[in-house]
Amino acid sequence: MNTDGHEHAIEVTGLRRVYGGGFEAVRGITFSVARGEIFALLGTNGAGKTSTVEVLEGLAAPAGGRIRVLGHDPFHERDAVRPRTGVMLQEGGFPAELTVAETARMWAGCTTGARPEHEVLELVGLTGKHGVRVKQLSGGERRRLDLALALLGDPEVLFLDEPTSGLDAEGRRDTWTLVRRLRDAGTTVLLTTHYLEEAEGLADRLAILHEGRIAAYGTPAEVTAGRPSRISFELPDGYFLGDLPPLAALGVCGHENDGKVVRLRTLELQRTATAVLVWAERAGVELRGLDVRPASLEEAFLGIARTGFPPPGRGREQGGEEAA
Amino acid sequence: MNTLTTTVRTPAVRRLRALARAELTLLGRNRGVVLTALMVPLSVPFSVRPALDGLDLEKHGVSVGAAMLTAAIGFSFLFAVYTALVNTYVARREELVLKRLRTGEISDTGILTGTALPALTLGLAQALVLCAGCAVLLHAGAPRAPYLTLLGLLAGLVLSAALAALTASFTPTVESGQVTALPLVLVSMTGSGIMFPTEAMPERLASVCELLPLSPAVRLVRAGWTGQLSAYEALGAAATALAWTVVAVFAVRRWFRWEPRR
Repeated sequence: MNTDGHEHAIEVTGLRRVYGGGFEAVRGITFSVARGEIFALLGTNGAGKTSTVEVLEGLAAPAGGRIRVLGHDPFHERDAVRPRTGVMLQEGGFPAELTVAETARMWAGCTTGARPEHEVLELVGLTGKHGVRVKQLSGGERRRLDLALALLGDPEVLFLDEPTSGLDAEGRRDTWTLVRRLRDAGTTVLLTTHYLEEAEGLADRLAILHEGRIAAYGTPAEVTAGRPSRISFELPDGYFLGDLPPLAALGVCGHENDGKVVRLRTLELQRTATAVLVWAERAGVELRGLDVRPASLEEAFLGIARTGFPPPGRGREQGGEEAA
Repeated sequence: MNTLTTTVRTPAVRRLRALARAELTLLGRNRGVVLTALMVPLSVPFSVRPALDGLDLEKHGVSVGAAMLTAAIGFSFLFAVYTALVNTYVARREELVLKRLRTGEISDTGILTGTALPALTLGLAQALVLCAGCAVLLHAGAPRAPYLTLLGLLAGLVLSAALAALTASFTPTVESGQVTALPLVLVSMTGSGIMFPTEAMPERLASVCELLPLSPAVRLVRAGWTGQLSAYEALGAAATALAWTVVAVFAVRRWFRWEPRR
Protein backbone atom coordinates (compact mmCIF):
# COMPACT_ATOMS: atom_id res chain seq x y z
CA MET A 1 0.00 0.00 0.00
CA ASN A 2 1.25 3.44 -0.74
CA THR A 3 1.66 6.00 1.91
CA ASP A 4 1.08 9.12 -0.18
CA GLY A 5 -2.55 9.10 0.85
CA HIS A 6 -3.76 9.88 -2.66
CA GLU A 7 -6.88 8.12 -3.66
CA HIS A 8 -6.22 8.75 -7.34
CA ALA A 9 -3.15 7.57 -9.17
CA ILE A 10 -3.67 10.16 -11.89
CA GLU A 11 -5.43 13.50 -11.61
CA VAL A 12 -5.89 15.77 -14.61
CA THR A 13 -7.52 19.18 -14.27
CA GLY A 14 -8.11 21.51 -17.20
CA LEU A 15 -5.17 20.09 -19.15
CA ARG A 16 -4.22 21.94 -22.31
CA ARG A 17 -1.44 21.13 -24.75
CA VAL A 18 -0.37 23.46 -27.51
CA TYR A 19 2.24 22.57 -30.14
CA GLY A 20 4.92 24.87 -31.49
CA GLY A 21 2.89 25.88 -34.52
CA GLY A 22 0.05 27.05 -32.26
CA PHE A 23 -2.11 23.96 -32.77
CA GLU A 24 -4.08 23.25 -29.61
CA ALA A 25 -4.20 19.45 -29.46
CA VAL A 26 -5.70 19.19 -25.97
CA ARG A 27 -8.25 21.84 -25.02
CA GLY A 28 -8.92 21.68 -21.33
CA ILE A 29 -9.70 18.15 -20.18
CA THR A 30 -10.38 16.90 -16.67
CA PHE A 31 -10.42 13.31 -15.50
CA SER A 32 -8.97 11.09 -12.84
CA VAL A 33 -7.83 7.50 -12.65
CA ALA A 34 -8.25 5.61 -9.39
CA ARG A 35 -5.55 3.33 -8.07
CA GLY A 36 -5.80 -0.17 -9.46
CA GLU A 37 -8.08 0.89 -12.27
CA ILE A 38 -7.82 0.35 -16.03
CA PHE A 39 -8.70 3.61 -17.73
CA ALA A 40 -8.97 3.90 -21.51
CA LEU A 41 -8.65 7.01 -23.65
CA LEU A 42 -10.57 6.54 -26.86
CA GLY A 43 -10.77 8.78 -29.85
CA THR A 44 -10.34 9.16 -33.57
CA ASN A 45 -6.90 9.92 -34.97
CA GLY A 46 -5.95 13.44 -33.96
CA ALA A 47 -8.41 13.53 -31.06
CA GLY A 48 -5.56 14.24 -28.63
CA LYS A 49 -5.00 10.80 -27.04
CA THR A 50 -1.24 10.59 -27.50
CA SER A 51 -0.81 14.31 -26.80
CA THR A 52 -2.52 13.74 -23.45
CA VAL A 53 -0.60 10.59 -22.56
CA GLU A 54 2.76 12.19 -23.39
CA VAL A 55 2.09 14.95 -20.89
CA LEU A 56 1.12 12.40 -18.24
CA GLU A 57 4.31 10.46 -18.97
CA GLY A 58 6.23 13.66 -18.29
CA LEU A 59 7.65 14.00 -21.80
CA ALA A 60 6.25 17.49 -22.22
CA ALA A 61 4.97 20.25 -19.98
CA PRO A 62 1.29 21.16 -20.26
CA ALA A 63 0.35 24.53 -21.75
CA GLY A 64 -2.26 24.87 -19.05
CA GLY A 65 -3.99 22.99 -16.28
CA ARG A 66 -2.67 20.76 -13.57
CA ILE A 67 -1.63 17.11 -13.59
CA ARG A 68 -0.56 14.81 -10.81
CA VAL A 69 0.75 11.29 -11.22
CA LEU A 70 1.06 9.53 -7.87
CA GLY A 71 0.78 12.95 -6.29
CA HIS A 72 3.62 14.52 -8.27
CA ASP A 73 4.09 16.68 -11.34
CA PRO A 74 5.55 14.18 -13.84
CA PHE A 75 7.45 16.85 -15.79
CA HIS A 76 9.02 18.92 -13.02
CA GLU A 77 9.34 16.12 -10.46
CA ARG A 78 10.70 13.58 -12.86
CA ASP A 79 12.89 11.81 -10.33
CA ALA A 80 9.96 11.23 -7.99
CA VAL A 81 7.65 9.81 -10.66
CA ARG A 82 9.78 7.88 -13.15
CA PRO A 83 10.84 4.99 -10.88
CA ARG A 84 7.16 4.26 -10.25
CA THR A 85 5.80 4.40 -13.80
CA GLY A 86 6.16 2.18 -16.83
CA VAL A 87 5.68 3.54 -20.33
CA MET A 88 4.93 1.99 -23.69
CA LEU A 89 5.02 4.57 -26.47
CA GLN A 90 2.87 4.35 -29.55
CA GLU A 91 5.92 3.43 -31.58
CA GLY A 92 8.96 1.38 -30.61
CA GLY A 93 12.04 3.38 -29.80
CA PHE A 94 14.64 0.65 -29.71
CA PRO A 95 17.85 0.52 -31.72
CA ALA A 96 17.27 -1.79 -34.69
CA GLU A 97 20.65 -3.48 -34.41
CA LEU A 98 20.40 -4.61 -30.78
CA THR A 99 19.02 -8.04 -29.92
CA VAL A 100 16.00 -8.52 -27.67
CA ALA A 101 18.21 -9.60 -24.78
CA GLU A 102 20.63 -6.66 -25.24
CA THR A 103 17.74 -4.20 -25.36
CA ALA A 104 16.24 -5.69 -22.20
CA ARG A 105 19.61 -5.60 -20.43
CA MET A 106 20.06 -1.96 -21.35
CA TRP A 107 16.63 -1.10 -19.92
CA ALA A 108 17.20 -3.16 -16.82
CA GLY A 109 20.39 -1.17 -16.23
CA CYS A 110 18.37 2.04 -16.44
CA THR A 111 15.58 0.84 -14.13
CA THR A 112 15.57 0.83 -10.34
CA GLY A 113 14.72 -2.56 -8.86
CA ALA A 114 14.37 -4.19 -12.27
CA ARG A 115 12.99 -7.70 -12.43
CA PRO A 116 15.12 -10.31 -14.21
CA GLU A 117 14.87 -9.64 -17.96
CA HIS A 118 13.94 -13.21 -18.86
CA GLU A 119 10.97 -12.98 -16.53
CA VAL A 120 9.29 -10.06 -18.31
CA LEU A 121 10.19 -11.44 -21.72
CA GLU A 122 8.47 -14.67 -20.71
CA LEU A 123 5.41 -12.71 -19.53
CA VAL A 124 4.88 -11.34 -23.03
CA GLY A 125 5.83 -14.56 -24.82
CA LEU A 126 9.20 -13.55 -26.23
CA THR A 127 11.14 -16.34 -24.55
CA GLY A 128 12.51 -17.84 -27.75
CA LYS A 129 13.55 -14.48 -29.19
CA HIS A 130 16.42 -13.42 -26.93
CA GLY A 131 19.04 -13.49 -29.67
CA VAL A 132 16.93 -11.89 -32.41
CA ARG A 133 17.70 -8.34 -33.47
CA VAL A 134 14.94 -5.80 -33.02
CA LYS A 135 14.85 -5.08 -36.76
CA GLN A 136 14.00 -8.72 -37.45
CA LEU A 137 11.03 -8.78 -35.08
CA SER A 138 7.51 -8.56 -36.47
CA GLY A 139 5.43 -5.52 -35.61
CA GLY A 140 3.54 -7.49 -32.99
CA GLU A 141 6.73 -8.84 -31.42
CA ARG A 142 8.08 -5.31 -31.15
CA ARG A 143 4.93 -4.21 -29.33
CA ARG A 144 5.38 -7.09 -26.91
CA LEU A 145 9.03 -6.23 -26.33
CA ASP A 146 7.95 -2.68 -25.59
CA LEU A 147 5.37 -3.94 -23.11
CA ALA A 148 7.94 -6.20 -21.46
CA LEU A 149 10.30 -3.27 -20.88
CA ALA A 150 7.48 -1.12 -19.51
CA LEU A 151 6.95 -3.88 -16.92
CA LEU A 152 10.63 -4.23 -15.95
CA GLY A 153 10.44 -1.93 -12.94
CA ASP A 154 7.18 -3.34 -11.55
CA PRO A 155 5.46 0.02 -12.08
CA GLU A 156 2.59 1.29 -9.96
CA VAL A 157 1.23 3.19 -12.94
CA LEU A 158 1.46 1.84 -16.47
CA PHE A 159 0.95 4.01 -19.56
CA LEU A 160 0.15 2.02 -22.70
CA ASP A 161 -0.25 3.98 -25.93
CA GLU A 162 -2.08 1.68 -28.35
CA PRO A 163 -0.61 -1.47 -26.81
CA THR A 164 -2.24 -3.92 -29.20
CA SER A 165 -1.87 -2.14 -32.54
CA GLY A 166 -0.18 -4.53 -34.95
CA LEU A 167 -0.99 -7.60 -32.87
CA ASP A 168 -3.01 -10.50 -34.25
CA ALA A 169 -6.22 -11.58 -32.51
CA GLU A 170 -4.43 -14.06 -30.28
CA GLY A 171 -1.68 -11.64 -29.31
CA ARG A 172 -4.30 -9.06 -28.50
CA ARG A 173 -6.15 -11.45 -26.20
CA ASP A 174 -2.87 -12.39 -24.49
CA THR A 175 -2.14 -8.73 -23.86
CA TRP A 176 -5.63 -8.17 -22.45
CA THR A 177 -5.19 -11.10 -20.07
CA LEU A 178 -1.83 -9.73 -18.96
CA VAL A 179 -3.19 -6.21 -18.43
CA ARG A 180 -6.10 -7.57 -16.37
CA ARG A 181 -3.71 -9.60 -14.25
CA LEU A 182 -1.60 -6.51 -13.62
CA ARG A 183 -4.69 -4.56 -12.63
CA ASP A 184 -5.76 -7.35 -10.28
CA ALA A 185 -2.32 -7.16 -8.69
CA GLY A 186 -2.89 -3.46 -8.02
CA THR A 187 -1.31 -1.74 -11.02
CA THR A 188 -3.05 1.35 -12.37
CA VAL A 189 -3.25 1.24 -16.16
CA LEU A 190 -3.93 4.13 -18.51
CA LEU A 191 -4.21 3.01 -22.10
CA THR A 192 -5.18 4.54 -25.40
CA THR A 193 -6.78 2.50 -28.10
CA HIS A 194 -8.82 2.79 -31.21
CA TYR A 195 -10.15 -0.74 -30.83
CA LEU A 196 -13.55 -0.21 -29.29
CA GLU A 197 -13.98 -3.80 -28.14
CA GLU A 198 -10.67 -3.41 -26.34
CA ALA A 199 -11.92 -0.46 -24.34
CA GLU A 200 -15.31 -2.06 -23.77
CA GLY A 201 -13.89 -5.35 -22.55
CA LEU A 202 -10.85 -4.11 -20.68
CA ALA A 203 -11.48 -0.68 -19.22
CA ASP A 204 -13.08 -0.05 -15.86
CA ARG A 205 -13.71 3.49 -16.99
CA LEU A 206 -12.97 5.44 -20.12
CA ALA A 207 -13.07 8.82 -21.77
CA ILE A 208 -13.82 9.46 -25.41
CA LEU A 209 -11.78 12.36 -26.74
CA HIS A 210 -12.94 14.42 -29.65
CA GLU A 211 -10.97 17.35 -31.05
CA GLY A 212 -9.02 17.78 -27.83
CA ARG A 213 -12.01 17.65 -25.49
CA ILE A 214 -13.71 14.90 -23.54
CA ALA A 215 -16.95 14.03 -25.28
CA ALA A 216 -17.97 11.15 -23.02
CA TYR A 217 -16.64 9.91 -19.70
CA GLY A 218 -17.52 7.08 -17.32
CA THR A 219 -17.82 3.31 -17.17
CA PRO A 220 -18.50 1.61 -20.52
CA ALA A 221 -22.10 1.07 -19.35
CA GLU A 222 -22.51 4.74 -18.46
CA VAL A 223 -21.08 5.89 -21.76
CA THR A 224 -23.31 3.60 -23.80
CA ALA A 225 -26.40 4.31 -21.70
CA GLY A 226 -28.74 6.60 -23.57
CA ARG A 227 -27.18 5.61 -26.86
CA PRO A 228 -29.65 4.20 -29.37
CA SER A 229 -29.77 0.53 -30.28
CA ARG A 230 -29.96 -0.51 -33.91
CA ILE A 231 -32.29 -2.68 -35.95
CA SER A 232 -31.71 -3.29 -39.63
CA PHE A 233 -33.40 -5.49 -42.21
CA GLU A 234 -34.19 -5.67 -45.90
CA LEU A 235 -37.62 -4.51 -47.00
CA PRO A 236 -39.50 -7.33 -48.67
CA ASP A 237 -40.12 -6.88 -52.43
CA GLY A 238 -43.04 -4.60 -53.12
CA TYR A 239 -42.97 -3.00 -49.70
CA PHE A 240 -41.95 0.55 -48.87
CA LEU A 241 -40.93 2.22 -45.65
CA GLY A 242 -44.39 3.82 -45.47
CA ASP A 243 -45.95 0.38 -45.20
CA LEU A 244 -44.51 0.02 -41.71
CA PRO A 245 -46.48 1.43 -38.78
CA PRO A 246 -45.62 5.08 -37.99
CA LEU A 247 -41.98 4.95 -36.83
CA ALA A 248 -42.28 7.46 -34.00
CA ALA A 249 -45.00 5.31 -32.46
CA LEU A 250 -42.53 2.38 -32.41
CA GLY A 251 -40.04 4.33 -30.35
CA VAL A 252 -37.73 4.92 -33.32
CA CYS A 253 -35.58 8.00 -32.93
CA GLY A 254 -33.82 7.91 -36.28
CA HIS A 255 -33.75 5.94 -39.49
CA GLU A 256 -32.00 5.48 -42.80
CA ASN A 257 -33.39 3.80 -45.88
CA ASP A 258 -31.54 3.29 -49.13
CA GLY A 259 -34.63 1.80 -50.83
CA LYS A 260 -33.78 -1.73 -49.81
CA VAL A 261 -32.10 -1.88 -46.40
CA VAL A 262 -33.82 -0.09 -43.52
CA ARG A 263 -31.81 0.98 -40.49
CA LEU A 264 -33.68 2.07 -37.38
CA ARG A 265 -32.27 3.61 -34.23
CA THR A 266 -34.23 3.25 -31.04
CA LEU A 267 -33.93 3.88 -27.35
CA GLU A 268 -36.53 1.22 -26.64
CA LEU A 269 -35.07 -1.80 -28.32
CA GLN A 270 -37.56 -4.38 -27.10
CA ARG A 271 -40.61 -2.31 -28.00
CA THR A 272 -39.35 -1.37 -31.46
CA ALA A 273 -38.16 -4.89 -32.26
CA THR A 274 -41.43 -6.41 -31.13
CA ALA A 275 -43.45 -3.96 -33.21
CA VAL A 276 -41.38 -4.64 -36.32
CA LEU A 277 -41.63 -8.42 -35.89
CA VAL A 278 -45.35 -8.31 -35.18
CA TRP A 279 -45.83 -6.23 -38.31
CA ALA A 280 -43.83 -8.73 -40.36
CA GLU A 281 -45.80 -11.64 -38.88
CA ARG A 282 -49.10 -10.00 -39.70
CA ALA A 283 -48.01 -9.04 -43.20
CA GLY A 284 -46.70 -12.56 -43.71
CA VAL A 285 -43.30 -11.39 -44.96
CA GLU A 286 -39.74 -12.45 -44.21
CA LEU A 287 -37.28 -9.76 -43.02
CA ARG A 288 -34.02 -10.80 -44.63
CA GLY A 289 -30.74 -9.76 -43.02
CA LEU A 290 -32.52 -8.99 -39.77
CA ASP A 291 -29.97 -7.60 -37.33
CA VAL A 292 -30.83 -6.39 -33.86
CA ARG A 293 -28.04 -5.00 -31.73
CA PRO A 294 -28.05 -3.18 -28.41
CA ALA A 295 -26.24 0.09 -27.84
CA SER A 296 -22.48 -0.41 -27.78
CA LEU A 297 -19.42 1.67 -27.31
CA GLU A 298 -19.08 1.62 -31.06
CA GLU A 299 -22.43 3.33 -31.34
CA ALA A 300 -21.38 5.97 -28.84
CA PHE A 301 -18.04 6.41 -30.51
CA LEU A 302 -19.40 6.71 -34.03
CA GLY A 303 -22.07 9.09 -32.81
CA ILE A 304 -19.43 11.36 -31.35
CA ALA A 305 -17.13 11.06 -34.34
CA ARG A 306 -20.03 12.00 -36.64
CA THR A 307 -21.70 14.74 -34.74
CA GLY A 308 -19.25 15.99 -32.19
CA PHE A 309 -20.65 16.40 -28.73
CA PRO A 310 -23.81 14.73 -27.51
CA PRO A 311 -26.03 17.00 -25.46
CA PRO A 312 -25.19 16.27 -21.85
CA GLY A 313 -27.58 14.03 -19.94
CA ARG A 314 -29.64 13.07 -22.96
CA GLY A 315 -29.19 10.07 -25.14
CA ARG A 316 -30.69 11.43 -28.32
CA GLU A 317 -28.33 12.23 -31.11
CA GLN A 318 -28.17 15.74 -32.34
CA GLY A 319 -30.87 16.90 -34.71
CA GLY A 320 -28.60 17.59 -37.64
CA GLU A 321 -27.94 13.93 -38.09
CA GLU A 322 -31.56 12.93 -38.59
CA ALA A 323 -31.79 14.87 -41.78
CA ALA A 324 -28.54 13.47 -43.14
CA MET B 1 18.05 5.77 4.22
CA ASN B 2 21.51 5.90 5.74
CA THR B 3 23.00 5.07 2.35
CA LEU B 4 21.66 8.25 0.79
CA THR B 5 24.90 9.28 -0.86
CA THR B 6 25.41 5.93 -2.52
CA THR B 7 21.80 5.64 -3.63
CA VAL B 8 22.06 9.04 -5.23
CA ARG B 9 25.31 8.41 -7.05
CA THR B 10 25.39 4.75 -7.93
CA PRO B 11 22.17 4.43 -9.97
CA ALA B 12 23.23 7.31 -12.19
CA VAL B 13 26.53 5.60 -12.91
CA ARG B 14 24.81 2.26 -13.45
CA ARG B 15 22.41 3.83 -15.94
CA LEU B 16 25.27 5.50 -17.82
CA ARG B 17 27.11 2.17 -18.00
CA ALA B 18 24.04 0.33 -19.26
CA LEU B 19 23.44 2.87 -22.01
CA ALA B 20 27.12 3.14 -22.95
CA ARG B 21 27.38 -0.63 -23.19
CA ALA B 22 24.43 -0.79 -25.58
CA GLU B 23 25.91 2.05 -27.65
CA LEU B 24 29.27 0.30 -27.78
CA THR B 25 27.56 -2.84 -29.10
CA LEU B 26 25.84 -0.71 -31.74
CA LEU B 27 29.10 1.04 -32.61
CA GLY B 28 30.76 -2.33 -33.17
CA ARG B 29 27.92 -3.36 -35.50
CA ASN B 30 28.16 -0.25 -37.66
CA ARG B 31 31.03 -1.16 -39.99
CA GLY B 32 30.96 2.15 -41.82
CA VAL B 33 31.44 4.16 -38.66
CA VAL B 34 34.15 1.86 -37.32
CA LEU B 35 36.03 1.95 -40.59
CA THR B 36 35.88 5.73 -40.85
CA ALA B 37 36.79 6.17 -37.22
CA LEU B 38 39.82 3.89 -37.58
CA MET B 39 41.06 4.67 -41.06
CA VAL B 40 40.70 8.42 -41.36
CA PRO B 41 42.88 9.52 -38.45
CA LEU B 42 45.41 6.74 -39.05
CA SER B 43 45.82 7.66 -42.70
CA VAL B 44 46.09 11.37 -42.08
CA PRO B 45 49.79 11.56 -41.27
CA PHE B 46 50.39 10.30 -44.77
CA SER B 47 47.80 12.42 -46.56
CA VAL B 48 48.74 15.61 -44.76
CA ARG B 49 52.47 15.18 -45.06
CA PRO B 50 52.90 16.56 -48.60
CA ALA B 51 51.20 19.81 -47.55
CA LEU B 52 53.36 20.08 -44.49
CA ASP B 53 56.52 19.52 -46.50
CA GLY B 54 55.70 22.66 -48.46
CA LEU B 55 55.83 24.75 -45.30
CA ASP B 56 58.95 25.83 -43.51
CA LEU B 57 57.82 24.34 -40.24
CA GLU B 58 61.16 24.45 -38.53
CA LYS B 59 61.10 28.23 -38.84
CA HIS B 60 57.99 28.20 -36.61
CA GLY B 61 59.56 25.75 -34.19
CA VAL B 62 57.24 22.89 -35.11
CA SER B 63 58.63 19.51 -36.08
CA VAL B 64 57.00 17.58 -38.92
CA GLY B 65 56.24 14.77 -36.49
CA ALA B 66 54.46 17.06 -34.04
CA ALA B 67 52.53 18.77 -36.84
CA MET B 68 51.32 15.44 -38.21
CA LEU B 69 50.44 14.15 -34.80
CA THR B 70 48.32 17.24 -34.22
CA ALA B 71 46.64 16.73 -37.57
CA ALA B 72 45.86 13.11 -36.74
CA ILE B 73 44.44 13.93 -33.32
CA GLY B 74 42.43 16.78 -34.80
CA PHE B 75 40.97 14.31 -37.28
CA SER B 76 40.16 12.05 -34.34
CA PHE B 77 38.15 14.86 -32.74
CA LEU B 78 36.37 15.60 -36.00
CA PHE B 79 35.64 12.11 -37.31
CA ALA B 80 35.83 9.56 -34.50
CA VAL B 81 33.90 11.84 -32.16
CA TYR B 82 32.19 14.82 -33.80
CA THR B 83 30.72 13.51 -37.07
CA ALA B 84 30.22 10.02 -35.64
CA LEU B 85 28.19 11.45 -32.76
CA VAL B 86 26.14 13.80 -34.94
CA ASN B 87 25.23 10.68 -36.85
CA THR B 88 24.45 8.67 -33.70
CA TYR B 89 22.36 11.34 -31.97
CA VAL B 90 20.26 11.93 -35.08
CA ALA B 91 19.87 8.21 -35.77
CA ARG B 92 18.72 7.54 -32.18
CA ARG B 93 16.29 10.41 -32.39
CA GLU B 94 14.90 9.11 -35.69
CA GLU B 95 14.47 5.62 -34.20
CA LEU B 96 12.63 7.28 -31.26
CA VAL B 97 15.26 5.79 -28.96
CA LEU B 98 15.89 9.14 -27.27
CA LYS B 99 12.18 9.68 -26.68
CA ARG B 100 11.82 6.19 -25.24
CA LEU B 101 14.82 6.70 -22.96
CA ARG B 102 13.27 9.91 -21.65
CA THR B 103 10.27 7.93 -20.40
CA GLY B 104 12.67 6.10 -18.07
CA GLU B 105 14.70 7.08 -15.06
CA ILE B 106 17.87 8.22 -16.84
CA SER B 107 18.29 12.01 -16.96
CA ASP B 108 18.57 14.04 -20.17
CA THR B 109 22.24 14.68 -19.48
CA GLY B 110 22.68 10.97 -18.80
CA ILE B 111 21.14 10.07 -22.16
CA LEU B 112 23.45 12.37 -24.11
CA THR B 113 26.52 11.41 -22.08
CA GLY B 114 25.89 7.66 -22.13
CA THR B 115 25.34 7.76 -25.88
CA ALA B 116 28.61 9.66 -26.34
CA LEU B 117 30.82 7.52 -24.10
CA PRO B 118 31.82 4.82 -26.62
CA ALA B 119 32.77 7.40 -29.26
CA LEU B 120 34.70 9.40 -26.67
CA THR B 121 36.53 6.29 -25.53
CA LEU B 122 37.33 5.41 -29.12
CA GLY B 123 38.59 8.95 -29.73
CA LEU B 124 40.78 8.87 -26.63
CA ALA B 125 42.21 5.44 -27.44
CA GLN B 126 42.94 6.57 -30.96
CA ALA B 127 44.70 9.70 -29.73
CA LEU B 128 46.85 7.76 -27.30
CA VAL B 129 47.81 5.22 -29.96
CA LEU B 130 48.64 8.09 -32.33
CA CYS B 131 50.79 9.78 -29.69
CA ALA B 132 52.73 6.61 -29.06
CA GLY B 133 52.99 5.80 -32.77
CA CYS B 134 54.15 9.25 -33.78
CA ALA B 135 56.66 9.44 -30.95
CA VAL B 136 58.25 6.22 -32.10
CA LEU B 137 57.78 6.14 -35.88
CA LEU B 138 58.10 9.83 -36.76
CA HIS B 139 60.79 10.60 -34.24
CA ALA B 140 58.64 13.30 -32.73
CA GLY B 141 60.22 12.41 -29.43
CA ALA B 142 58.55 12.40 -26.03
CA PRO B 143 56.21 15.29 -25.20
CA ARG B 144 57.88 18.03 -23.16
CA ALA B 145 54.72 18.98 -21.31
CA PRO B 146 52.45 15.90 -21.43
CA TYR B 147 49.91 17.50 -19.09
CA LEU B 148 49.18 20.10 -21.79
CA THR B 149 48.59 17.35 -24.34
CA LEU B 150 46.28 15.58 -21.91
CA LEU B 151 44.41 18.78 -21.14
CA GLY B 152 44.08 19.42 -24.87
CA LEU B 153 42.80 15.89 -25.48
CA LEU B 154 40.24 16.23 -22.73
CA ALA B 155 39.07 19.64 -23.92
CA GLY B 156 38.91 18.50 -27.54
CA LEU B 157 36.97 15.32 -26.81
CA VAL B 158 34.40 16.94 -24.52
CA LEU B 159 33.89 19.89 -26.83
CA SER B 160 33.58 17.64 -29.90
CA ALA B 161 30.80 15.69 -28.18
CA ALA B 162 29.01 18.84 -27.02
CA LEU B 163 29.25 20.36 -30.51
CA ALA B 164 27.95 17.09 -31.98
CA ALA B 165 24.84 17.32 -29.78
CA LEU B 166 24.44 20.95 -30.79
CA THR B 167 24.78 20.13 -34.50
CA ALA B 168 22.30 17.27 -34.05
CA SER B 169 19.82 19.80 -32.64
CA PHE B 170 19.68 21.39 -36.07
CA THR B 171 19.96 18.22 -38.16
CA PRO B 172 16.59 16.78 -39.19
CA THR B 173 17.77 13.47 -40.69
CA VAL B 174 20.84 11.25 -40.75
CA GLU B 175 21.39 12.12 -44.41
CA SER B 176 21.37 15.86 -43.75
CA GLY B 177 24.01 15.29 -41.07
CA GLN B 178 26.56 14.99 -43.85
CA VAL B 179 25.84 18.62 -44.69
CA THR B 180 25.27 20.12 -41.24
CA ALA B 181 28.48 18.61 -39.87
CA LEU B 182 30.53 19.96 -42.75
CA PRO B 183 31.04 23.60 -41.67
CA LEU B 184 32.73 22.75 -38.39
CA VAL B 185 34.85 20.06 -40.07
CA LEU B 186 36.08 22.42 -42.78
CA VAL B 187 36.58 25.41 -40.52
CA SER B 188 38.46 23.34 -37.97
CA MET B 189 40.67 21.62 -40.52
CA THR B 190 41.80 24.89 -42.07
CA GLY B 191 41.48 27.33 -39.19
CA SER B 192 42.16 25.38 -36.03
CA GLY B 193 45.64 24.24 -36.88
CA ILE B 194 44.78 20.72 -37.96
CA MET B 195 45.82 20.68 -41.62
CA PHE B 196 48.65 23.15 -40.98
CA PRO B 197 49.79 24.92 -37.83
CA THR B 198 48.28 28.32 -37.10
CA GLU B 199 51.87 29.48 -36.61
CA ALA B 200 52.22 29.36 -40.38
CA MET B 201 49.39 31.88 -40.83
CA PRO B 202 49.65 35.68 -40.98
CA GLU B 203 49.61 36.93 -37.41
CA ARG B 204 46.31 38.77 -37.50
CA LEU B 205 44.46 35.84 -39.11
CA ALA B 206 46.09 33.45 -36.64
CA SER B 207 44.86 35.42 -33.64
CA VAL B 208 41.29 35.23 -34.97
CA CYS B 209 41.62 31.54 -35.75
CA GLU B 210 42.77 30.86 -32.23
CA LEU B 211 39.24 31.67 -31.08
CA LEU B 212 37.63 28.91 -33.20
CA PRO B 213 36.06 26.09 -31.13
CA LEU B 214 38.68 23.38 -31.58
CA SER B 215 41.72 25.69 -31.85
CA PRO B 216 42.55 25.75 -28.13
CA ALA B 217 42.43 21.95 -27.88
CA VAL B 218 44.67 21.50 -30.90
CA ARG B 219 47.02 24.19 -29.64
CA LEU B 220 47.31 22.54 -26.22
CA VAL B 221 47.92 19.11 -27.74
CA ARG B 222 50.76 20.46 -29.88
CA ALA B 223 52.15 22.62 -27.11
CA GLY B 224 52.55 19.50 -25.03
CA TRP B 225 55.00 18.35 -27.64
CA THR B 226 56.80 21.56 -28.45
CA GLY B 227 56.66 23.04 -24.97
CA GLN B 228 56.21 26.45 -26.63
CA LEU B 229 53.31 27.80 -24.65
CA SER B 230 53.60 30.10 -21.70
CA ALA B 231 51.44 29.43 -18.65
CA TYR B 232 49.51 32.58 -19.58
CA GLU B 233 48.86 31.33 -23.12
CA ALA B 234 47.94 27.87 -21.86
CA LEU B 235 45.41 29.32 -19.46
CA GLY B 236 43.99 31.46 -22.23
CA ALA B 237 43.58 28.43 -24.47
CA ALA B 238 41.97 26.43 -21.66
CA ALA B 239 39.61 29.34 -20.93
CA THR B 240 38.61 29.59 -24.60
CA ALA B 241 37.93 25.84 -24.74
CA LEU B 242 35.91 26.05 -21.54
CA ALA B 243 33.92 29.01 -22.84
CA TRP B 244 33.03 27.12 -26.01
CA THR B 245 32.00 24.07 -23.98
CA VAL B 246 29.76 26.16 -21.73
CA VAL B 247 28.16 27.83 -24.75
CA ALA B 248 27.64 24.47 -26.49
CA VAL B 249 26.14 22.84 -23.39
CA PHE B 250 23.85 25.80 -22.83
CA ALA B 251 22.74 25.74 -26.47
CA VAL B 252 22.11 21.99 -26.32
CA ARG B 253 19.97 22.36 -23.21
CA ARG B 254 18.05 25.08 -24.98
CA TRP B 255 17.64 23.64 -28.46
CA PHE B 256 18.23 19.90 -28.47
CA ARG B 257 15.36 18.03 -30.11
CA TRP B 258 14.43 14.71 -28.55
CA GLU B 259 11.89 13.69 -31.15
CA PRO B 260 11.77 13.80 -34.93
CA ARG B 261 9.73 16.59 -36.44
CA ARG B 262 6.20 15.49 -37.17
